[in-house]
Amino acid sequence: MPDPLLRVRDLRTYFVTDQGGGTARAVDGVSFDLLPGETLGLVGESGCGKTVTSLSILRLIPEPPGHVRPGSVIEFEGRDLLTLPPRQLRAIRGNRIAMIFQEPMTSLNPVLTIGDQVAEAAIVHQRLTRAAARARAIDMLRQVGIPEPAERVDHYPHQLSGGMRQRVMIAMALICRPQILIADEPTTALDVTIQAQILELLRRLQQQLGMAVLLITHDLGVVAGSADRVVVMYAGQVVETAPTRALFASPGHPYTEGLMASIPRLDRPRERLHSIPGAVPAATAWPTGCRFHPRCPYAWDKCRTEAPPLLETGQSGQQARCWLVTEPARRAARVAS
Amino acid sequence: MTAPLVRVDDLVKHYPGPRAWLGLGKPRGTVRAVDGVTFAIPAAKTLGLVGESGSGKTTVARTLLRLTEPTAGTFRLGDDDVFTLQPAPLRRLRRRMQIVFQDPYSSLNPRMTVRQTLAEPLVIHELVPKPERDGRVAALLEEVGLDRDLADHYPHELSGGQRQRVGIARALSVEPQFLVCDEPVSALDVSVQAQVLNLLADLQRTRRLTYLFIAHDLAVVKHIADEVAVMYLGRIVERAPATTVYRDPRHPYTKSLLSAVPVPDPDAQRQRIVLEGDVPSPAHPPSGCPFHPRCPHPMKNDRCRTEIPVLRPVAAGQVAACHFAEHPMP
Repeated sequence: MPDPLLRVRDLRTYFVTDQGGGTARAVDGVSFDLLPGETLGLVGESGCGKTVTSLSILRLIPEPPGHVRPGSVIEFEGRDLLTLPPRQLRAIRGNRIAMIFQEPMTSLNPVLTIGDQVAEAAIVHQRLTRAAARARAIDMLRQVGIPEPAERVDHYPHQLSGGMRQRVMIAMALICRPQILIADEPTTALDVTIQAQILELLRRLQQQLGMAVLLITHDLGVVAGSADRVVVMYAGQVVETAPTRALFASPGHPYTEGLMASIPRLDRPRERLHSIPGAVPAATAWPTGCRFHPRCPYAWDKCRTEAPPLLETGQSGQQARCWLVTEPARRAARVAS
Repeated sequence: MTAPLVRVDDLVKHYPGPRAWLGLGKPRGTVRAVDGVTFAIPAAKTLGLVGESGSGKTTVARTLLRLTEPTAGTFRLGDDDVFTLQPAPLRRLRRRMQIVFQDPYSSLNPRMTVRQTLAEPLVIHELVPKPERDGRVAALLEEVGLDRDLADHYPHELSGGQRQRVGIARALSVEPQFLVCDEPVSALDVSVQAQVLNLLADLQRTRRLTYLFIAHDLAVVKHIADEVAVMYLGRIVERAPATTVYRDPRHPYTKSLLSAVPVPDPDAQRQRIVLEGDVPSPAHPPSGCPFHPRCPHPMKNDRCRTEIPVLRPVAAGQVAACHFAEHPMP
């Protein structure tokens, strides 16, 4: 296995809340590796900590109320991003590691032309002249499939459709040719035909530029079509990690299994949907033992009291945070009944 | 065949276009949000209405409920001609048709408890005498799978799934026959979405409800609809029994939509049709077939650019608005 480009170790990002809730442990001991050139899917429902994880990587967590706990490590090219002086961090952020967000309308500045916004990173990080940066911006707009880029460069965000705005975001993120692109729900706000265009575009650009992509999404369908490996999060923790094919062939964690069974599917006959009972608990009060036990169909006494570590399932590259890994007979018995 | 409960004929809703002179001038042109939509839904069945943003599906919902007035067309609910009703009879009729909105955060009054929210329609329509109201609220909560102790909570204390259940209970409180569900699960997480879809299916069976189920997600619609209508730029471009639409779509837009839905299976061998361009603005619809600028059909020709295809029967129970519906895309 190649050396990871990004190593996240025991990341803990907590928020202090006003309303008597105490501390919200939004991300609570997350570790994973991002390998060069790969697409890693980070999957989970709202409130599981996937966006806080991605914001923590680039130190974009507002402090207060948030803080990354001492002991957390985010290593990029041998340096810990969490302890880097601000100046050195800025040389990486938006340059070597770039990010795109879910809402292209709120992430673009409405009073600047898209050309100015796309060119900014090239001026700041690569010291290009304004003219050179503008030429580069036009070229980038062409690469992301914006028609008539030489004219569009002077347009404002409100003159573009949602899909075109997301293309502008991608052009902004990629103008410095980053090694890592963090894409946080890049297609969630888009219509399905536009989503297909943007996913196709990201795939093509990733191949051209050889970058690694951390793809954050709640949509297992998007993951199945785009990711090489998957990290599944629940209640602030990684509950499963696996190569994409292995994850879909035999999910190791009951949460992953439940998520997959809940998806309405085009490729299956109409049937009653499976659903996971209850809802994701509050980050101020994660359940004791295994955090999924109140919703888990397999849970037994041990799950209520002892928190499971990530365990090797026996399949190559797959780990699951579940005691069933040590007692597979329980799952088989439950499925049989 | 019994008469359908819901009959919509040639529904049109036009809005005035954008105004010049800082909004003070004359409107320029017309936005044809809904441009001649016809469908019927038999009692206790579900029509899935599918389309992308700007297709007009939400405008259909709002005009049917007369939350906005239609430009033309008729809507019969049972024996009543809804669009011609005067305010007093319309008010009585509203008991029989209700809506569940997409966003359970903005569609509940944050300053009312669940009990007040559910009791309000009972008071307005004078359905349940005061001493029995608490009992009715408790029964409604139970029916939508919520603990009756939630009655004295405020919306902000509830999860998204719980709020959507309250929204459904509110719609059910007046015992409607016809329920318009406008993207009722789009804002929910997938595990909760499944709970709410199952609940809607159960309620339809126990209460014999008739649904107009509006969604952008074809996979969600597949799990609930008996018949599916696909909208594009204010028109229905294809309508057919659900099993037929998914097996044998005849309109190139339906086919492209289906192929764009991500399937949670890494080994799925699918021929992807990636449509180019965006949905055009309904203020400036293209000439001829509204889909022609994006259409990937290999037989596309000049006729598509000039002549609007009419919605016509192409197979049993299936209608499509494409000049080449007999030659579906490979």
